Amino acid sequence: MTTPMQSTPHWMTRCLNAPKLIIALCVLVTVLAAIGGKNLYFRGDYKVFFEKDNPQRMAFEEMQNIFNKSENVAFLIVPKGKDIFTPKTFSLIYGLTEDAWQIPLSTRVESLSNYQHTYAEQDDLIVTDLIAQPEVSAERTQQVHDIAHDTPEIDGRLMSAGGEAAVVNVTIQLPDGDQTQEVMQIATFANELKQQYEQAYPGHDIYLTGMVIMNDAFAVAAQEDTQTLVPLMFLVIAVMIGLITQSVFASISTMVVVIISIAVTVGMAGWAGLFLSTATVNVPTMVTTLAVADCIHVLVGVKQYLREGLAKRDAIIASLKLNVRPVVITSVTTAIGFLMLNFSAVPVLSDLGNMTAGGVLLACVLSLILLPAMLMIGPTLASSGGEQSGRAFDGMGEWMTRNYRRVLPFSALVLLVATLFSTNNELNDVAVRYFDDSSTFRQAVNEHEKTMGGMSNIDFVIYTDTAYGITDPEVLEDVEAFSQWLREQEVVHHVLSFTDTMKRLNMNMHNDDQSYYRLPEDRELASQYVLLYEMSLPYGLDLNNQMDIDKSALRIVAMLDNLGSKEFTAFEREAKEKFASLNADLRITAASPPLMFAHIGERNMKSMVWGTVLALVLISGLIVIALRSWRLGLVSLMTNLIPAGVGFGIWGMVSGEINMALSVVLSMTMGIIVDDTVHFLSKYQSARMQQKSVSDSVRYAFRTVGMALTTTTVVLAAGFGVLTFSSFLLNAHMGLLTVIIIIAALLIDLLFLPAFLLWLDRDKQQPGGHADAVNQ
Amino acid sequence: MRLTNKFFAGLIVVAFASAIQAQTGNQTTAGDDATAKGLEIAKERKARDRGWNNSRSEVTMILRNAQGQEATREMKVDTIEVENDGDKAMTVFQSPRDVSGTAFLSFSHVVEPDEQWIYLPALKRVKRIASRNKSGPFMGSEFAFEDMTSYEVEKFDYEYVGDETLDGQDMFILDQFPRYEFSGYSRQRVWLDKEHYRVHKVEFYDKKGDLLKTLEFKDFKLYKDAFWRPMVSYMYNEQTNKSTELITESLAFDVGIDESDFDKNSLRRAR
Repeated sequence: MTTPMQSTPHWMTRCLNAPKLIIALCVLVTVLAAIGGKNLYFRGDYKVFFEKDNPQRMAFEEMQNIFNKSENVAFLIVPKGKDIFTPKTFSLIYGLTEDAWQIPLSTRVESLSNYQHTYAEQDDLIVTDLIAQPEVSAERTQQVHDIAHDTPEIDGRLMSAGGEAAVVNVTIQLPDGDQTQEVMQIATFANELKQQYEQAYPGHDIYLTGMVIMNDAFAVAAQEDTQTLVPLMFLVIAVMIGLITQSVFASISTMVVVIISIAVTVGMAGWAGLFLSTATVNVPTMVTTLAVADCIHVLVGVKQYLREGLAKRDAIIASLKLNVRPVVITSVTTAIGFLMLNFSAVPVLSDLGNMTAGGVLLACVLSLILLPAMLMIGPTLASSGGEQSGRAFDGMGEWMTRNYRRVLPFSALVLLVATLFSTNNELNDVAVRYFDDSSTFRQAVNEHEKTMGGMSNIDFVIYTDTAYGITDPEVLEDVEAFSQWLREQEVVHHVLSFTDTMKRLNMNMHNDDQSYYRLPEDRELASQYVLLYEMSLPYGLDLNNQMDIDKSALRIVAMLDNLGSKEFTAFEREAKEKFASLNADLRITAASPPLMFAHIGERNMKSMVWGTVLALVLISGLIVIALRSWRLGLVSLMTNLIPAGVGFGIWGMVSGEINMALSVVLSMTMGIIVDDTVHFLSKYQSARMQQKSVSDSVRYAFRTVGMALTTTTVVLAAGFGVLTFSSFLLNAHMGLLTVIIIIAALLIDLLFLPAFLLWLDRDKQQPGGHADAVNQ
Repeated sequence: MRLTNKFFAGLIVVAFASAIQAQTGNQTTAGDDATAKGLEIAKERKARDRGWNNSRSEVTMILRNAQGQEATREMKVDTIEVENDGDKAMTVFQSPRDVSGTAFLSFSHVVEPDEQWIYLPALKRVKRIASRNKSGPFMGSEFAFEDMTSYEVEKFDYEYVGDETLDGQDMFILDQFPRYEFSGYSRQRVWLDKEHYRVHKVEFYDKKGDLLKTLEFKDFKLYKDAFWRPMVSYMYNEQTNKSTELITESLAFDVGIDESDFDKNSLRRAR
């Protein structure tokens, strides 16, 4: 086989003449860059997913500043007997409530035990802990049972409506900024408490939930994947490369390129002051994909030329010449794809994009400089192996040229149908569902759903903008009507509203006369009740979680089922409209972490779609320029788009849930998709330039890149396949969808693309025809 | 009354600052010596503030939250000194308007629950409050009841920590450990000047031992040639970034009140 006989570029000869120098330089650069890695730190909290000026985040933070923070750790206590009203369980709740004050950064602990029960006794207002001592008589448990079920602030919040589970809720005041350290300490402490109490009280299960525990679960998930699955993925990739190229050295040198690319990328990120997060820990994985693809192209080429009898050095040069252009095009286009993540509404995804873009370009350079240098000083690659598969690709090309008329309509139909299924997909970012059933956090969430109902809250704040405005009887009436409306909604299972407290106080102040269980009609009376009540509460149980300091704003907390993003935001809208219909003069806002997640998917997808479209246009433009052909550029645009459509179509069939990680997959796989297309088209084009017939050119393309593309795809599919074992569904789904898309891309480039080219250029079948297919 | 023993009644919203504790200690070192010296300083502090009889003051309280919101409350406080027990205080709220006229009477006790009564003008009724609220916030402020009641030596165990210069004055530093079972604190660290035994600064540590609040006293004025009172107290919550400023607008001693003015019936008359 002839190689294009351009003169050998200067840099190539230089590299190959001084391989040791190149290697030494690379090592030096790596070390210098990697030192920056020490600046890196890991942030596991969920806030990294939101921009500082994200409207939902701002609303949430304003609320956190006006009212007490609502980040929490919750202990869900489930006795095996499904009845919490026993002296034993009461003693557990009492002890755990007391000990929970020791949790680092805790500011408030609430449970059945320290619920401030109020009642009248002659002229006395008695305010007492509901379970005020560790040992409680059976008679008292019965009394507490009756009180608890009559108290809306307890029923469904501090215990399940059926009485089978109780909650100890601990409010945590996290510092601003990086909270990972604190979150870990808190989670560890809470876990120890849980174990201690489970041991001391056999017959009780205790589950941990709450925002802080979720933050910890995020961090743990990212770290677990980094420590187990990612190394496993590298191992799988290394072994696969070794097997396919039948060379340990090829595998080692590829991994060297991969590792240096990653080390330098991550090191530079450290120098740039970036941090690692649940998203950016995937950078190594992504850089790996392109580094592996680049190296395999070079390696497969070298082997092929060795097999054709070239000397080692000549084979390396020939392979480089053949691959420089497609490797560079692929890398640049991939980098563009990743840079498009800057359009994302999720800041850590932008970081991810920038880091990966850098890493991809680095991998490109290294595979063209360091890899050949290593190959020069290493043992000559076995030229054996691959003939069989090479012949298989010859056969496939042969078959294709004969059968393309049948392949084309059939594959086109399959692709169309598959793509149509992508409409099945629905955006859904529910943070608690990022974890699969094997994670302890998800198990706790499931248990919570079973006993208490969902744990997605929306906090509504009603602003009157006047001091003591919330005690205006009209405002109280409206708040009461709104709370009532919330309670009537099927998806709502608890509403914490101060109007309940107000009604209870009114009753207490009238000697517990049931007929006074209603809102006071007099503004001054209501204000004085609030004063009286807040004067009688102990440390950590103040009213600031429900009202602001000048009593002008009131917070109503609704607990909802763990709804999908769409239903959740729809509910938010509906509730706001409802309140506006009750009282259009008052401002109402809604905020909560679940609400932040519910909105982010939509925001992110919108910006990502634009980013991706722009990326595709840019990439196709680049391909047009690189191949110097409008026609092939347009063909590439099509084959670059279809795999994504098919991938999301298949996703629509198997799952249909799109979370924010999946919107990244598009950018991530674009590199591989483009790689496949560019390599195939550039080989096809260079054959056509040599005046080969269309059929011969397709056969040539099959023979030269079939092996490399298949190898890349198999290697990467195996690597990403490993990620699907993650218990963190953001990563598992990302892995699975990536596998689907890159396999789809390969099949499309090996079936649809050649068939399409054969059909498109069918008029130019005769050998020696004008190379117009490539030169328009 | 089975529940009674769990409740605490009575609190005295005594004249702010002077009331804050002082005393000793560092548990880890010098053990007994530190305890003894701490107690000695505490006794001297109390001794220097004995005999002021009674007082009347007008106070403004400014609450601020992390968002920068402000809320203002005004009240009138009558206080009477009680030998060998906590003082008695009558607080009448004057603003915000909605709670104006609400009166609060408290008898503070050393380690027993305080006794408290409240009169709500809108309800025209006096209610006794039985609650564990010594540790709770006073009117939604950063001051807890226990921060505002009169200083009594027996409320704490002490340990002398060391000396320090603060704002150019020589100070004792004491740690004091609440004896009251349901106190909100594990410890308080107090800075008192060596010259007059006035408290200048207090750090409050929560039950898990973390710094919760810092209290500073400013603008001391001398009354009756013997008693120092700060005109401004500033409490900052280190955990929530909320703060409360307590400003004494006016303060007079020997205003012609006696114990008979501090009972349930006098609450209705208070304005």
